[in-house]
Amino acid sequence: MGRLAALYRSSIGKKILMAVTGAFLFLFVVLHLLGNLKVFQGPDKFNAYAEFLREVGAPILGHGQLLWAFRILLLLSVVIHVTAAVQLARMSITARPVRYRRPFREPATYASLTMRWGGVIIFAFVVYHLMHFTFGTAHPDFVRESPYHNVVIGFQSTAVVAAYVATMLALGLHLAHGLWSAFQTLGANNTRFNSLRRVFAVSVAALITLGNIAIPISVIAGIVQ
Amino acid sequence: MQLDAKIPTGPIEEQWDKHRFEMKLVNPANKRKFDIIVVGSGLAGASAAASLAELGYDVKCFCFQDSPRRAHSIAAQGGINASKNYQNDGDSVYRLFYDTVKGGDFRAREANVYRLAQVSGNIIDQCVAQGVPFAREYGGLLSNRSFGGAQVSRTFYARGQTGQQLLLGAYQALEHQISLGGVKMFPRTEMLDVVVVDGAARGIVTRDLTTGAITSHAAHAVVLATGGYSNAYFLSTNAKGCNVTATWRAHKRGAAFANPCFTQIHPTCIPPSGEYQSKLTLMSESLRNDGRIWVPSEVGDKRAPKEIPENERDYYLERIYPSFGNLSPRDIASRRAKEVVDAGRGVGESGVGVYLDFRDAIKRLGKSVITERYGNLFQIYQQITGEDPYAVPMRIYPAPHYTMGGLWVDYNLMSTIPGLHVIGEANFSDHGANRLGASALMQGLADGYFVLPYTIGDYLAQTTLAPVSENHAAFREVEREVTDRVKKLLAVEGTRSVDSFHRELGQILWEYCGMSRNTAGLERALNQIPELRETFWRDVRVTGRGEDLNQSLEKAGRVADFLEFGELMCQDALDRDESCGAHFREEHQTGEGEAKRDDERYAYVSAWEFTGVGQAPRLHKEALTFEHVPLSQRSYK
Amino acid sequence: MNLVLQIWRQASPNEKGRFEKHEVTDMSPNMSFLEMLDVVNEQLIMGGREPIAFEHDCREGICGSCGMVINGVPHGPKKAITACQLHMRSFEDGDEIWIEPWRAKAFPVLKDLVVDRSAFDRIIAAGGYISVRTGSAPDANAIPIPKEDADTAFDAATCIGCGACVAACPNASAMLFTAAKVAHLGLLPQGQPERDDRVLKMVDVMDVEGFGNCTNHSLCQSACPKEISIDFIARLNRDWRRAAAQ
Ligand SMILES: Cc1cc2nc3c(=O)[nH]c(=O)nc-3n(C[C@H](O)[C@H](O)[C@H](O)COP(=O)(O)OP(=O)(O)OC[C@H]3O[C@@H](n4cnc5c(N)ncnc54)[C@H](O)[C@@H]3O)c2cc1C
Ligand code: HEM
Ligand code: HEM
Ligand code: SF4
Ligand code: F3S
Ligand code: FES
Repeated sequence: MGRLAALYRSSIGKKILMAVTGAFLFLFVVLHLLGNLKVFQGPDKFNAYAEFLREVGAPILGHGQLLWAFRILLLLSVVIHVTAAVQLARMSITARPVRYRRPFREPATYASLTMRWGGVIIFAFVVYHLMHFTFGTAHPDFVRESPYHNVVIGFQSTAVVAAYVATMLALGLHLAHGLWSAFQTLGANNTRFNSLRRVFAVSVAALITLGNIAIPISVIAGIVQ
Repeated sequence: MQLDAKIPTGPIEEQWDKHRFEMKLVNPANKRKFDIIVVGSGLAGASAAASLAELGYDVKCFCFQDSPRRAHSIAAQGGINASKNYQNDGDSVYRLFYDTVKGGDFRAREANVYRLAQVSGNIIDQCVAQGVPFAREYGGLLSNRSFGGAQVSRTFYARGQTGQQLLLGAYQALEHQISLGGVKMFPRTEMLDVVVVDGAARGIVTRDLTTGAITSHAAHAVVLATGGYSNAYFLSTNAKGCNVTATWRAHKRGAAFANPCFTQIHPTCIPPSGEYQSKLTLMSESLRNDGRIWVPSEVGDKRAPKEIPENERDYYLERIYPSFGNLSPRDIASRRAKEVVDAGRGVGESGVGVYLDFRDAIKRLGKSVITERYGNLFQIYQQITGEDPYAVPMRIYPAPHYTMGGLWVDYNLMSTIPGLHVIGEANFSDHGANRLGASALMQGLADGYFVLPYTIGDYLAQTTLAPVSENHAAFREVEREVTDRVKKLLAVEGTRSVDSFHRELGQILWEYCGMSRNTAGLERALNQIPELRETFWRDVRVTGRGEDLNQSLEKAGRVADFLEFGELMCQDALDRDESCGAHFREEHQTGEGEAKRDDERYAYVSAWEFTGVGQAPRLHKEALTFEHVPLSQRSYK
Repeated sequence: MNLVLQIWRQASPNEKGRFEKHEVTDMSPNMSFLEMLDVVNEQLIMGGREPIAFEHDCREGICGSCGMVINGVPHGPKKAITACQLHMRSFEDGDEIWIEPWRAKAFPVLKDLVVDRSAFDRIIAAGGYISVRTGSAPDANAIPIPKEDADTAFDAATCIGCGACVAACPNASAMLFTAAKVAHLGLLPQGQPERDDRVLKMVDVMDVEGFGNCTNHSLCQSACPKEISIDFIARLNRDWRRAAAQ
């Protein structure tokens, strides 16, 4: 415990926590995407998958238990990731009280410079997203048993789709830097592979963005009904 | 004033050990009761301050830069000598000693030089242990190169940044002691005077360069490690801040100044490009290994170098010195360059410069080899001149680089003021009339790590010093003088900038007390300098306030001292009516224009006593005897 | 060449500064940037005004004294050099040049372009050394060091402590400077005994001094006159993690 506190006290420690939680959130995003892609296989498969999520772990665990465990971990990660992000951001902003007239920038760093905004957007999205598909409070015609139905109906409005697409691009950018950055932060540094780290981060981020975007687009385009 | 070199008796090989044994030791428990002031954080100062704090003394260290790490030592490039004989090429303490005395043209003290050679090895051990990344072979062992025409490879180096890496080692040791409380560091603080109480140096008066506060610091002993005075010439390879202030003010308080006219001019520097030129950049001497030096045979031949056919080029060093050629020693290479330029055969727009041509080397070895050897130097050159040395020959010209002269010290590195010790380039050092390449770093660290920490203990153990605090009348008095001087500089409110005076002084010294000197010229300089000094105090303009960060005020104080010191340089040069090492008196040369020493009359150290500004200084002579290195004429034919 | 200079003037740490416009004429393209400022200062002095305060000493890119942000870029437009190595031929006739000091809470402005970088010294004092009593060292060749290690250590050791990394970093983080020293000493066998202790202490002080946190923007690397690589930052993070886990 004391070690964890020490970890959290240092700027580098906080950053390591961000990387670890970020990596976990990344893992979720990947699994979540793989699951969501089942919409292309039709209602039964997709709903079955949603059901499976709740049953997985049985008979050892009861209905939804593993899912809850996962949700708790997820929540914890978001909390840590976000608080650390906010604290580090405050630290960095106070470190430069007077700004430059024209700050030093290089094209390569666009993604890195938008991390904080990206984060905020993603956060706002998740809140909305939960109300949209999990609680249904922000859903025109929510049917708890049929996530498939929820998705298809949910993506009929262009406004909603636009919001999703925008967020997915933000997430893509966030990961494009984030995944590379995590290597730096965790010191996974080997001159032989360093050149590959960017390639990895960018391509993975691109794939995830495409996958995510594909769903709302195909729904509104009528490919998925 | 009495000069006593305090050279230990007995065979030279045993003198240092014997002396260390005979020294009085300070009881470890008492060490922290002794305050020692170290002015300077270069190789000499930082190493001394750190080592003294390790021993338990209470140390205060001062430098004018914003961090001790920026001392001018940082700029040293080539390397540092040590008689390790790792290359198994027959080096030894005795050979390093021999080469240094001979290279110094027999104007250095044998005992000191021998000790320098003895401790040289420990320096490398110490630095490697500190993490100094010296160049290494693939086997993982240290690499050496031959430097400045030495017959053995005894030079340790760290790429082109040996001074930087050595200084960082010493700086880190210093910061370590600072963190332990053994050293209190005062950066951005300039020493403006020494305070002498009952005949002993008991402290200094400083100016805080950010607030302008004038403050006293009392101690039991004072160490000056304030570097050389090449900036007397205004244009030199030294950092802009290098100055004579600390040593000059000490001189005015009674410390003898030795051999001020022994100044080394480095042959391979980038020539000035205009009157706005603020300093000159050194190009490593190693370039002379492959570059060929030449000028057009015809006076005023303004053709582009590649249009000048082979038979109309004069490779003068190769012509005059068939055996050493382009590698002939610094002073010779410099002087010959001046000759051809004075003869109107200089190259470049200004006509001040000679070619250093790599055409043949590139033909012989291929461009890649040259790039590998000198790539970064070529870059630096192109960066500064905008010319591509692969295509057009480099232009080089000599520039003031190092000063062998300095405050006189005895074998214990103590000046003629008891308790005032002087180390590094600031003392008159072990280099006689000419310093060999890679020997200054060695001397600075030898003094700071391995000599002073012993000898200063001996002084403190032997002398009973009455307690003295900053409130002592002597401190108040000096504070007043220093404050008045600052006020006076600000009060002139004349019409000329400080730099304009510095430039003018530099031109006088460069012209008459530079690479070659003669009676008429020196006498002219001795007329001009006092006039210039007088104009300075009448017509200089220093803007701003004293209680503030005020860089022109800082400069003004330093230039005012150079204006007094320059006169002493010329007096010394005039008095030394012989040629030796870097001091070339045109009246004294062999048939082939070589320096002609006069050991009968001048085998001594000139130690000057201050008698007042504008007054003739009093000369004291320390006779030099050479029992181990037989006196001989240098010959590089 | 003729230029329009917009130079930051600030009388003292607590006074607030402003840009001051100077139109300068017939400067030589062969001048160094600092020589250009020298000339401006000479003119100011002749006009009875205070010259622009800026830090400089060696004027050959090794002491780390100089440093100013030129048109938004620390040490100016050319890569891998310091401000004192910059020459006017890198600019066009008629250019407008904006000159600012390093800007960071940990580097308070003292006057005009002069800032206080003593925080760097305190980071070194916290552990940026190898403890070795003078005279206690073994023979220099007692411990062979593989050439690659020595060379990599050297790459890190070339840091001149100029502070451009902090100036360039959007977070005003001192990670590159700290990482360079940690790597230099951590790569050498002599540096092993104090390795863990060193990195923990140096990072602590780095945080206390008020530098920002590294979010891996890598702008420090682009601004560094010695081209110190951010690989050393990854190395620092790893060393810190290892040490913290002890
Ligand atoms: C470009 C260049 C290259 C060189 N290359 C080599 C080489 O390859 N090999 C070699 O052996 N030598 C070389 N030298 C010579 C060598 O670098 C110097 O002789 C040596 O570093 C001097 O060290 P030092 O400690 O005596 O003085 P410095 O390093 O000059 O330190 C002087 C210190 O005193 C302080 N100081 C000065 N005046 C005051 C004052 N009034 N108040 C407070 N503090 C003050 C300064 O702040 C500084 O900390 C070179 C010199 C130059 C210029
Ligand atoms: C699906 C959700 C998210 C994923 C997958 C994710 C992933 C990551 C990753 C891998 C990093 C790199 C960490 C590092 O540099 O070592 C990162 C950094 C960052 N994240 Fe997230 N993150 C997510 C959500 C958020 C949210 C909601 C916020 C804030 C509100 C946020 C803010 C940040 C910030 C500011 C950084 C950069 C900080 C730094 O690099 O130190 N992220 N993220
Ligand atoms: C276009 C892409 C996406 C689609 C179609 C989608 C769809 C869904 C659906 C249908 C659910 C409800 C599942 C169920 O209750 O059974 C859900 C839950 C959720 N989604 Fe998404 N989602 C997408 C993108 C994202 C992204 C990018 C994130 C995070 C950054 C995210 C975070 C969540 C979370 C946290 C839940 C709640 C999971 C749980 O119940 O524990 N989703 N999503
Ligand atoms: S890392 Fe580079 S930029 Fe930073 S201080 Fe060192 S040399 Fe300057
Ligand atoms: S720019 Fe700043 S964010 Fe890190 S990588 Fe360099 S310190
Ligand atoms: S003045 Fe020394 S690095 Fe620029």
